[in-house]
Amino acid sequence: MSADKKLPDPSKLKEEILAKYPPKIARKRDKSMVINDPKLDQEIQSNVRTIPGIITQRGCTYAGCKGVVLGPTRDIVNLVHGPIGCSFYAWLTRRNQTDPGPEGENYMTYCFSTDMQDDNIVFGGEKKLAKAIQEAYDIFKPKAIGVFSTCPVGLIGDDVHAVSRQMKEKLGDCNVFGFSCEGYKGVSQSAGHHIANNQLFRHVVGNDDTPPEGKFNINLLGEYNIGGDGFEIDRIFQKCGINVVCTFSGNSTMGAFEKSHTADLNLVMCHRSINYMAEMMETKYGIPWMKVNFIGAESTAKGLRKIGEYFEDEELKAKIEEVIAEEMPSVKEVAERARTKTDGKLAMLFVGGSRAHHYQELFKELGMETVSAGYEFGHRDDYEGRKVLPTIKVDADSRNIEELKVEADPERFNPRAEDIKLETLQEKGLEVSDYRGMMPDMADNSLIVDDISHWETEKLIDFYKPDVFCAGIKEKYVVQKSGIPLKQLHSYDYGGPYAGFEGAKNFYTDIETILSTSIWKKVKAPWLKKPATDTCLCAEFVA
Amino acid sequence: MLLRHTPKEVAEREALTINPAKTCQPVGAMYAALGVHGCLPHSHGSQGCCSYHRSVLTRHYKDPVMAGTSSFTEGSSVFGGQSNLLQALANMFTIYDPDLVAIHSTCLSETIGDDLAQIVKKAVDDGKVPEGKKVIYCNTPSYVGSHITGFANMCTGIARGLAEHTGVAKDQVNILPGWVEPSDMREMKGIAARLGANIVMYPDTSDVVDTPMTGEFKMYPAGGATVEAIASSGDSIKTLACGKWASEDAAKWLDANCKVPYEVLDIPVGLSATDRFVQALANAAKVEIPPSFITERGRLVDVIADMSQYLHGKKVALFGDPDQLIPLTEFLLDLDMIPTAIVSGTPGKAFTAKIKELCAEKAPNVNVANGERADMFLMHQWIKNEPVDLLIGNTYGKYIARDEDIPFVRYGFPIVDRIGHSYFPTVGYNGGIRLLEKILGVIMDRQDRDAPETKFELVM
Repeated sequence: MSADKKLPDPSKLKEEILAKYPPKIARKRDKSMVINDPKLDQEIQSNVRTIPGIITQRGCTYAGCKGVVLGPTRDIVNLVHGPIGCSFYAWLTRRNQTDPGPEGENYMTYCFSTDMQDDNIVFGGEKKLAKAIQEAYDIFKPKAIGVFSTCPVGLIGDDVHAVSRQMKEKLGDCNVFGFSCEGYKGVSQSAGHHIANNQLFRHVVGNDDTPPEGKFNINLLGEYNIGGDGFEIDRIFQKCGINVVCTFSGNSTMGAFEKSHTADLNLVMCHRSINYMAEMMETKYGIPWMKVNFIGAESTAKGLRKIGEYFEDEELKAKIEEVIAEEMPSVKEVAERARTKTDGKLAMLFVGGSRAHHYQELFKELGMETVSAGYEFGHRDDYEGRKVLPTIKVDADSRNIEELKVEADPERFNPRAEDIKLETLQEKGLEVSDYRGMMPDMADNSLIVDDISHWETEKLIDFYKPDVFCAGIKEKYVVQKSGIPLKQLHSYDYGGPYAGFEGAKNFYTDIETILSTSIWKKVKAPWLKKPATDTCLCAEFVA
Repeated sequence: MLLRHTPKEVAEREALTINPAKTCQPVGAMYAALGVHGCLPHSHGSQGCCSYHRSVLTRHYKDPVMAGTSSFTEGSSVFGGQSNLLQALANMFTIYDPDLVAIHSTCLSETIGDDLAQIVKKAVDDGKVPEGKKVIYCNTPSYVGSHITGFANMCTGIARGLAEHTGVAKDQVNILPGWVEPSDMREMKGIAARLGANIVMYPDTSDVVDTPMTGEFKMYPAGGATVEAIASSGDSIKTLACGKWASEDAAKWLDANCKVPYEVLDIPVGLSATDRFVQALANAAKVEIPPSFITERGRLVDVIADMSQYLHGKKVALFGDPDQLIPLTEFLLDLDMIPTAIVSGTPGKAFTAKIKELCAEKAPNVNVANGERADMFLMHQWIKNEPVDLLIGNTYGKYIARDEDIPFVRYGFPIVDRIGHSYFPTVGYNGGIRLLEKILGVIMDRQDRDAPETKFELVM
């Protein structure tokens, strides 16, 4: 499909969607649905309260904190303080792969909870929490224990931070720290990411000053090794001679977090969940950060080249080009094969805080058009770019989430690059301390919907009749019952990796597989088949 | 090793639960509410609860699970969730048009003390519930009991909200099936039909979470007990409550409020429990057990007799929910297998007492625990001390099965890595054969795998 091809105008669709809502709600949803014009600076309402009863994709702050950010770290005992469910549901459900080796510590297969009972709610749960920390220490002797607050904990006033402090002192060789990530805080998982960033920064980052051994030392931020994405990115880095000090937080360890401040560059994958860490590390330690996207072969190559530019090392740049040249032919080969099935097909993505943007790259490489997309818990800067940050009004829900006051470390602040160099790199389009967001990359007339509801999902499917819909497990079978395949972009439908060069090949093949799965053509019983009168939208504008 | 830090030595724990054999109340309430036709479950709490419950149910059924949430914020947690719930009800009826909404609470709304009865009344008074539509509810504090307690509470909520006692007796028996699969509910209805017994069954999730793909998504699928049928349960002859934990409360409510007497039965898992179920249903419905049941039963007995050599004396560890574990233990004993380790996170003293009573003769040394800290970590430690030949439980058991190299049968909730439970029942005589087939399958596969080439058998 040619880039200047205009998508059909979804104004009527939007009107129809809003018409179903009570007026107040229609007014609110109107601002969260934008018909894209990449030439304009359009504002989209996001990171605001979900409307009760609307049937949302969103989860809670606890999920963002424990599930997303801390979940992938293998050598910390993540103890959930609350009734049993919160810990149970976050137990092994996010597919963060880890490699502890034959002898290493790995608590990710375990589920720890204080299993609060009614007397703990009435009389307080601090004693039980302290005892549970002691028992976890006695059995496992972990390096660290993280304590996660669930909804009732905040309400009854248990002080998880005080208990953690006391137990850390008592145990001596175990870093115990708490997270006030009660589910009701904020408006989505997003608040939990922020809280997790804060506490990791406060209690862990900077605890070990051992200098790294590599020549080009980086941290990879916001990569959670789902389906082994991080392993693939590590493979590529290794080939290029780039040393990863720490990944936040796929396949990570406490030890890696502790010395992450010794890296010379932070690469940000998932801007939404980890930009706080990048900013705090820049302020305190002088480490610049750059937005990258290792989803998509072209964008992986672009990300690698950015690293080469940053380090200004000819040998590294040459190595990176060599690696790209080595990896690309087989990527192209798989893409070419897949494109016989995928060219001109339509995709929709409603997922996460970065994925709905990142995965558009892979669809582009497959010759597919993203007709509509949106985040589950993104903010305006994830849509419109960080340039809008100064204009975002901080509402009551966001104000309740702590902003750490960070200053330059008197001894360890070390600006890794001159401001003038960073400005030059930014001018070259390297997204230094910057993220340009999803909207500039999307086609004219594409429909952008934040925090999509079930009703809106149904209407969008009806209008666009996409060939593949990308979302999560709750939407998976809803969409598929309509006869449209859904690709899960949280769990990858238990496939992957999809990052890097190998990941791109996997994704091409998986989308090719989805689009050539025979069963979709046999959904209707043969005796019910009518002559084909349905005009598929794609036929109207796909050349 | 996946669970490499689990030590063999069992240390007393007083506060820490590791690898629970239970989850929290609201997910059970959500599942039960799905068993009412045209019902939209609603979670009154943070939106994470609803998201987690929908996710685990979806992973288990690989089918849509729709539900609303009150989406609490910090403000609603301080000032109460009434306005959120009122708004949610208005929105759900306007946008999604359910016949009824079934609200359950969460630890959040329970801790702040939201009064569901009062809020629902206000919703009705304020005209937020359209004419002819209904709102039912139950309290499901997550810090009491388990997911089974929540299921039981919603069953009672359904009865309390919908059952009517008109005084005109109806020639029908109520069956409260307990927390079983849609396939099991379908089989229970099948048994009743083959017996010629008129029944009303609720909840009934068959044709709700095992729906066909037709190219059209139906927000309210064909299945589920209808509001009319549930209403009529207040005039039934009797209630058969399958599973003390999941069903007794609702049966008691019907007895106290609609004068429908009840009998608590085991869920009909295995030979003996099915024998009792069939007889109890025939008695209650005042029908003769037709000869076809001798055939149905006989097929199960035949398979057991034919294959008993592969089962006899084999040690079994099992975990899950009390209403299933009790008849399952009885079935294993009927197969001359030896239960050695049994845990359930769901509390209730009757459980260990019942298991010990069942095992007294054939497996007197059984390790059994339930309630707080009766978790999979403890069971795993027991297994390390006394190895078993078979592990039965939900998907989380696969980590133990792999580490300890134990044949593993998936049974219970949740099963998120295999299919079948939605479609093939494990209740009744037919379900017994299916269960047996699964048990024999893993045990005999193991024999095949481990047999030296000289001892590898063609016929078994």
